[in-house]
Amino acid sequence: MPGTRAGSEPFDLDRPWQLHPQVSVRPERFGALLYHFGTRRLSFLKSPALLTVVRILGEAPSARAACRDAGVTEAELPAYAAALGTLAASQMIRAREAS
Amino acid sequence: MTVPALVEQFQYGLDAPICLTWELTYACNLSCVHCLSSSGRRDPRELSTAECRAVIDELERMQVFYVNIGGGEPTVRPDFWDLVDYATAHHVGVKFSTNGVKITPAIACRLAASDYVDVQLSLDGATAEVNDAIRGPGSYATALRAMEHLAAAGFRGFKISVVVTRQNAGQLDQFKAIADRFGAQLRLTRLRPSGRGADVWDELHPTAAQQRELYDWLVARGEQVLTGDSFFHLAAYGDPLPGLNLCGAGRVVCLIDPVGDVYACPFAIHDSFLAGSVRGPGGFAAVWRESELFARLRRPQTGGACTSCSAYDSCRGGCMAAKFFTGLPLDGPDPECVKGHGAAALAAGGAAPPKPSGDHSHRTRSSAPVPVTISRRPPDPACNESPLAGFSPGG
Repeated sequence: MPGTRAGSEPFDLDRPWQLHPQVSVRPERFGALLYHFGTRRLSFLKSPALLTVVRILGEAPSARAACRDAGVTEAELPAYAAALGTLAASQMIRAREAS
Repeated sequence: MTVPALVEQFQYGLDAPICLTWELTYACNLSCVHCLSSSGRRDPRELSTAECRAVIDELERMQVFYVNIGGGEPTVRPDFWDLVDYATAHHVGVKFSTNGVKITPAIACRLAASDYVDVQLSLDGATAEVNDAIRGPGSYATALRAMEHLAAAGFRGFKISVVVTRQNAGQLDQFKAIADRFGAQLRLTRLRPSGRGADVWDELHPTAAQQRELYDWLVARGEQVLTGDSFFHLAAYGDPLPGLNLCGAGRVVCLIDPVGDVYACPFAIHDSFLAGSVRGPGGFAAVWRESELFARLRRPQTGGACTSCSAYDSCRGGCMAAKFFTGLPLDGPDPECVKGHGAAALAAGGAAPPKPSGDHSHRTRSSAPVPVTISRRPPDPACNESPLAGFSPGG
């Protein structure tokens, strides 16, 4: 289960990210389930808005822009950055080169 | 982002299982004394290749990420490797459990080449002596040879799955050393009194002291050692072990058996937990979404006799199958309750354990004399107590 790992790098909201190509996403009432076929690990998105962020991440110029487009408010942003950081730490999402 | 804890969400079930076990055949080359599915002989009604493919198509539509394939020994099905290829081509990952009998060097290379196949080798003793007493002569050598083939093929991180028993509970470090030697991951699971496990439960299940040592050992290793969430009853000692820590039966897990029957969990192959069949109208999805039994399991459960216990929030009453097959009420304590309530309930003499619904064991011992003890004890009034008190599963 995702948890904030001590010592992990702060998540960089200002660079482009994408879902890892080996990750499959299944929407559920509470958000979504993620499964990484490479690490064989399961993870959870605990809100539908976070699912939207993850879905549009690969097209957005930055994670910050993806959050904004998904309707995440400034006040909510730190929580979303933490959740994305957890996903990055477990390789569910990965940094992408700017296009 | 304030939402109820995931455990709360999962109690009400998911659109599709997270963890689906599919036993492809009851046929097995071994006769392990604790086999949870009483396997041995192939069932003539076994799902055909075409029916298996149709199930896989359905799992793909439901976005089931992967299936845990078991048996029996699944690799003895002649179409096994074709079904694995079919599943992975349809975006359904496969983790299969095997005793290693068919893991040749060529097969090991084939498996190592796929990102979507994981292998789990069963081993119930870190030494041949302990393992073979449970799994049969030569089974330790077979498993170790399969591990050598997988490691030589470059398969990293395959699983070595151990059912913890009184006999092997002192070998945990040795199991870990075997896993490390092969670049594998150790997985420890709980012995259930299911299938033939009911016959050997009293002699094989770990002692209370061993349970405590196991818990401390698991806590110290964290996520290095997998448990399939099977020791959540030990959370009553204090901190929970990694995992969901709830009974997932019908909520996040279920079982498809070799003839297509769907049960609430892999350890509950009994008519009382039969939810339907993939051969019925609507297939597997209809069973998962519409079965009355599953709907009941997804409603909030009452703790019964356990509600007043300080540990109930941690252990949630333990394992449904363990209670059922030892004759304890489903809303009572787990037989291995760490507070000793289960042992006390068993000592007080509850209902007789339920008779198994099916048995595919090899018939090799059928001619042996059956020892019978005639009891002079009058029937215990508690015998009137149904093991399903407060629980009435539908068909």
